[in-house]
Order: sequence, then structure tokens, then C-alpha cells
Amino acid sequence: MTSAALVPEIKEKAAATPSLRQRLDAGNGLLPYGLVAPVLIVILLVAVYPIIDALRLSLLDNPLVTSGNTFVGLRNYSQVLGDAQFRSSIGWTLIFSVLSVAFETFFGLLIALLINASFPGRGLVRAAILIPWAFPTIVSGRIWQLMYNDQTGIVTYILQGVHILKPGATLLQSNWGILTATVITDVWKTTPFMALLILAGLQVIPADLYEAASVDGSSRWQQFWTITMPLLKNSLLIALLFRTLDALRVFDLFYILAGNQVQTMGTYSYDKMFTGTVSDFAPGIAASVILAVFATVIAGIFVYLMGGITQQE
Amino acid sequence: MATSAQPVASSQGGTAIGAAQPRRQIKWGQVGRIAGVVVVTFIALAPFYWTIITSIKDSLEIVASPPTLFPHSFTTQSYTADFSGGSSFFARDLLNSFVVAIVTTVLCVALGSLCAYAIARMRFFGKSATLAVILGVTMFPIIVLVGPLFVLFTSLHIYNTYAALIIPDLVLTLPLTVWFLTSFFRDLPPDLEEAALVDGDTRLGAFRHVIVPLAAPGVFTTAILAFIYTWNDFLFGLTMTSDPQGAQTVTVAITLFGGQFTIPWGQIAAAAVIVTIPLVVMVLIFQRRIVSGLTAGAVKG
Repeated sequence: MTSAALVPEIKEKAAATPSLRQRLDAGNGLLPYGLVAPVLIVILLVAVYPIIDALRLSLLDNPLVTSGNTFVGLRNYSQVLGDAQFRSSIGWTLIFSVLSVAFETFFGLLIALLINASFPGRGLVRAAILIPWAFPTIVSGRIWQLMYNDQTGIVTYILQGVHILKPGATLLQSNWGILTATVITDVWKTTPFMALLILAGLQVIPADLYEAASVDGSSRWQQFWTITMPLLKNSLLIALLFRTLDALRVFDLFYILAGNQVQTMGTYSYDKMFTGTVSDFAPGIAASVILAVFATVIAGIFVYLMGGITQQE
Repeated sequence: MATSAQPVASSQGGTAIGAAQPRRQIKWGQVGRIAGVVVVTFIALAPFYWTIITSIKDSLEIVASPPTLFPHSFTTQSYTADFSGGSSFFARDLLNSFVVAIVTTVLCVALGSLCAYAIARMRFFGKSATLAVILGVTMFPIIVLVGPLFVLFTSLHIYNTYAALIIPDLVLTLPLTVWFLTSFFRDLPPDLEEAALVDGDTRLGAFRHVIVPLAAPGVFTTAILAFIYTWNDFLFGLTMTSDPQGAQTVTVAITLFGGQFTIPWGQIAAAAVIVTIPLVVMVLIFQRRIVSGLTAGAVKG
């Protein structure tokens, strides 16, 4: 590879005036490295280094005190995995992820199909559905809290009115109520993102395909399953990957709405690291590493699925 | 694209329901679509409406039962309360958020566009590995970074400073910026750059004189997204700062309103409106750019 690559370079230097294309391609020595270096340094320093350091810290006794830098093997991991609270946080995280991503995909697809047409005020509608997306998640949590609580909560008032909730009860009092509340808030906030990604996928499907199918007499429902879904599969999988990774790390919504009654892997890690005693710091990091492993495995599965699809086509 | 989709959609509507009365069926399809769009828009905006009216109701009406959908009272007392007395942290945190978001955005766009230019237009060893590392880190949950960064920033004595937020916030924004701008630069015609090189410009000169002006729209799009991402960060704000005099941001401030016995719902609603107003304005003005930035690459896959 190296000798083969050298040949054109030598030829280029030998030529009196290298062509412009060659000058563009040659890369001007160290210049490209200089251009990517700042970003690469930031990423290495603030993302890659901490990920590796998390692995190291999770194997130490108590890294926050000077005498605590002794290697304890997997003790922190076994401590965390032995904690019933952590095990239930894994369950809640998975339930939340599956439910929120499923609803977001379903509604996202529905909305994308709905606005994939021209109608008066289309731009305004697109702006309106972008507004929940643009809000900080923690503020969305606060906003929905205004509607979930028992004093100002319109949602509580309605749910009590239709006898889904008992008088005086709110969604935020039971574990499953909290889960419902966080899923609703997350679906409200994130479905627009899903819809826009799917809409972008819809818009590259050539219109003649549908025209040809209509001429052949296939129904709109048939067209959806034979044309839209197969061609949408890849954008859908990418959107699902983003959303699943995002849902697994859910933190803000449970921080504000769950009041520690229901924990996710994210809030459990945070509580251990920053609100527990000093000796909880390393177990907290171990918990966050376990979450990262979950994310890696799931990303791997998605990449595998996408690879399979690309090969098929 | 939008206009080409419509005839297809309406003819589909006609064939789906039946060919007996095609003209009437088409209308029903359109009615259904409009109804659906109205419902979606209502759901998207209703919580924000509830927040706004809660912020302007007086303290009695806020907790009235049944809740009032159209406020009878109008007062700005919730807003003034956010900036006075025990809530003095709010104004300072708001300022901190602006400083952090603007500095991060500027740094992100400057560093990210140089990096993206090199990836899009130059040939160098390790290019795909560079891109893989930059994009790969987005996969990891942020919570795994905060423990080690807390240790690092404490030992460097920058915990609770702007730097302790700006540096990690770059990790939220740089991958997206590099990804979007790389595809943007690739789509620019190379002829102009070649012409600049013929005229004796250096590589960086060509970048400055030709690419930068052409890239302005793309750079602007990423700047909007970077600002929103940084402004919306909560986890770094929570873990890397400790007080308003340091670098505590407004997303943290919004969790701090609370009292011993009563919860100041009006104040919380007013604070939520203040925090989200810049975002609502940006979305309304730049929705087209935001959509293009968000969906870039998702289609090309």
C-alpha cells in the first residue's frame, strides 16, 4: 500500500507543474492534520480520556480521597449489581426506552406522513412541532410538572374527572404513574425529531413509484407496505438508533419528575456519584460504565442490522 | 418537493377509499389531513400555552379548581419575583447560560469548520479514523463522562468556572457540527477553489476567500444548533458547577425554585417562559435551517 501510494507522489514532484486536481488532492503536507487537530484534541481530552478514566476509576477503592487509590478489582461492580435499587433502575430504564421509542416511532411516522404534502400553513405547523424539540428537557419536565401536580395540574384535573385517578391522587405518586408521566413528556418532546427524520426519508422516495403503483391499481395501504416502508427502512433504523441511545441515558425527566422514587440507570449513577457519601463515588462510576456497555451493545446490534440491509440492497 | 407530493397524496386518497365517487373521497382525505395537523399542532403547543397562562395568573387563580383555561387575572408578579428576593440566583444563572452558550457556539463553529474542511476536501492518512472517533463518542451516555471530568476539573482548579462548562459542552456540539459541515463542504463546487489556487492563493487563502463566504449558510445553521444544544444542557451544568457566582446555568436554576411549604408554581412557569423564549424565537425564524441541520446525513446514511 505504501509503495503504491508513493508512486503518484513521486511522479507529481517530478512534473514541472502538477495539475490543480493533484494540488487539491495532495493535502499540502501537515496542513490537514493542523486543521483537524483542535477538534480531535478536544474530543480526546473531554470524551475519550474520561471514558477510559471511568474504567480506571471504577476499579479503585475511593478515588476522591488521597488514600483511596487502591485497586479493588470488580468490587464496585459487584456492589452495584448487588443493589436491588440498581437492578430495578435497569428495569425502569429499559421499560422507559422501549415504550418511549415505540410511541415516538409510531407517532413520528404518522406525523411525517401527515405533513408530507403541501397544505396551507405547512411551514407554521413544522415550526410548531419544532418548539417542543427546542426546549431544554429539564424545562419540559418542569412544564409538564405544572400540569401533573395536584394544585395547578390540568392533566390531574382531567384524569380525576374521568376517574382514571382517584380524588386527590396525581400521576406522580406511584411508580407506574411516574413512568407514564415521563413517557408522555418524552414522547411530546421527541416525536417531532423522529417525525422530521422520517419526513426527510420520505421526501427522497421518488414520486413516480407511487404513480406507477396507482396506475397498477394498488391501494394506498398496499403502497405503504410495498414502497414506503422498504425504502424508509434505513432512515427509520438510524432514527431508532439515535432515539434508543438517547432514551437509555434518560436523566433530566426522572431528575425533575420522579423525585428519586423511580430511578433510571442515569439518575442512579448521578445520585451515587454526587449526592451519596464520598465512598459511593466509585460505585456510581461503575454504574455509569454499565450503562455505557448497554449503549454500546445496542448500538452494535443496530449497526449490524443496518449492515445487513445495505448488503441486501 | 412539497408541491410534487400533493397530487400523489390526493390520488392515493381517492383510490384507497373507492372509485365510486372519486371527487368526494379526495376531499375527505384532505379534511382528515387538516384535522390531524390541527390535533398535532394543538398537542405540541398546549403545554407551552398552559405555562404562559400559569405565569400571568395571580396567586389565587393559579391554584383555582377547576383550573381556568383562559386567565381572568393578569399580573407580572411571577416575573418580578423571579428576579428579586430569594430568587436572585436566576438572573445570574441566565447570564451564565448566555456566556457559556455563545462562547461554546463560536468555538465550536470555528474549530468544527476547519476540521470539516480538511475532511471534506483534503486527502490525509487516518481521515476515516478521525471521523469515526469524532462521531463514535456521541454514542456514549454523558453520565459516564461526568465523574472523570469532575475529578479532572477539580484537580485543574477549574471546577465551577465557565471553562468547566464550555469544554465539555463542545463534546455535545462538535460531532454534529463536523458531520453537518463535512457534507455541506462536499456539496460545494470545487471549481471555485481551483480558480483561487490558479490565482496563486494558498490553500488556507482559498479557504478564507472562497469557502468561507460560500459556507456562511451552513455555518450559520450549525451555529443555531450548537447554541440550542449548549443552552439546553443540564447534566454538565448540574455536575460541573456549584453556585451562580461560579458558572451555574439557567437549566439548573429552574430546578431550584421551591419553598419549605408551598411550591411557587407561578414563578416556575415564568422562569420556564423566560428560558424558552429565545428558543421559540429561534425556531420561528430559522425552522427551515434547523430542519435541514437535524436531518443532514440521516438520509444519506
